[in-house]
Amino acid sequence: MQIDWVHFTPWSALGGGLLIGLAAAWLVLIDGRVLGASGILAGLLAPRPGDWLWRLALLCGLVASAPLARHWFAVSDASLATAGPILIVGGLLVGFGTRLGNGCTSGHGVCGLARLSPRSAVATGVFMAAGFATVFVVRHLLA
Amino acid sequence: MARLSPLIVGLVFGLGLCLSGMTDPRKVLAFLDLTGDWDPSLALVMASAVTVAFVAYRIAGKRTLSLTGESLQISTITTIDAKLLGGALIFGIGWGLVGLCPAPAIVRIGFLDGGAALFVLAMGLGMKLCDALFGLRDPSGGAQ
Repeated sequence: MQIDWVHFTPWSALGGGLLIGLAAAWLVLIDGRVLGASGILAGLLAPRPGDWLWRLALLCGLVASAPLARHWFAVSDASLATAGPILIVGGLLVGFGTRLGNGCTSGHGVCGLARLSPRSAVATGVFMAAGFATVFVVRHLLA
Repeated sequence: MARLSPLIVGLVFGLGLCLSGMTDPRKVLAFLDLTGDWDPSLALVMASAVTVAFVAYRIAGKRTLSLTGESLQISTITTIDAKLLGGALIFGIGWGLVGLCPAPAIVRIGFLDGGAALFVLAMGLGMKLCDALFGLRDPSGGAQ
């Protein structure tokens, strides 16, 4: 392992994490909900009366944040360079996996760890390990 | 529940994802590439997000209702089973393949990125497929 100091961005990472944490804090303290993106989307895809509008509102906020971030933080909006079939396979795996495991990076990785849930700690360990392994295979074994 | 509140949460969440680099697959993949030129930035994203959320969940843990009187809908499931492990494994493979997890992929639609829209469409299909195969209906409707 060698650390890529040139691309290391500690301040924007800490600042961005702070905003993510504040969003999670707000949603649980004000609305009583867990900030888990996959669960919020899944609940919208199988809507129940009285339990879908807040999900839609939150996802609209996510989409609307992109142009604001481009304006305020000069974030790159370059489109994904990944090939279509890879995007489809990746999307299918992410959707299927987060539904089966009941959470993703935000639900398990941020909120679950924050409330010291052993279940979320295990899930986070497994998906991180799987991510490390996948990138190793794709970049160093197949390439 | 007021609808304005979740909208603001989405905005703040999305701004945090953009600022932190989570919406940039190159940044995510550089973090996941332990044996290459490793960019540790995302570890700091997680550390600061978890720290802030930890305080909030400490406060929430002492309450039965939110500050505005909404019921607290936090998962009470504690089982660590094959579904959790298998799901996390499958998710991690997809994450490592593209460098996008659910929230950043949705944010990228706001950049009018057709590739991200395709990814989110496939993600929704994957969720539906899982529901059809396993009949998962989380009573809390939320994550974990």
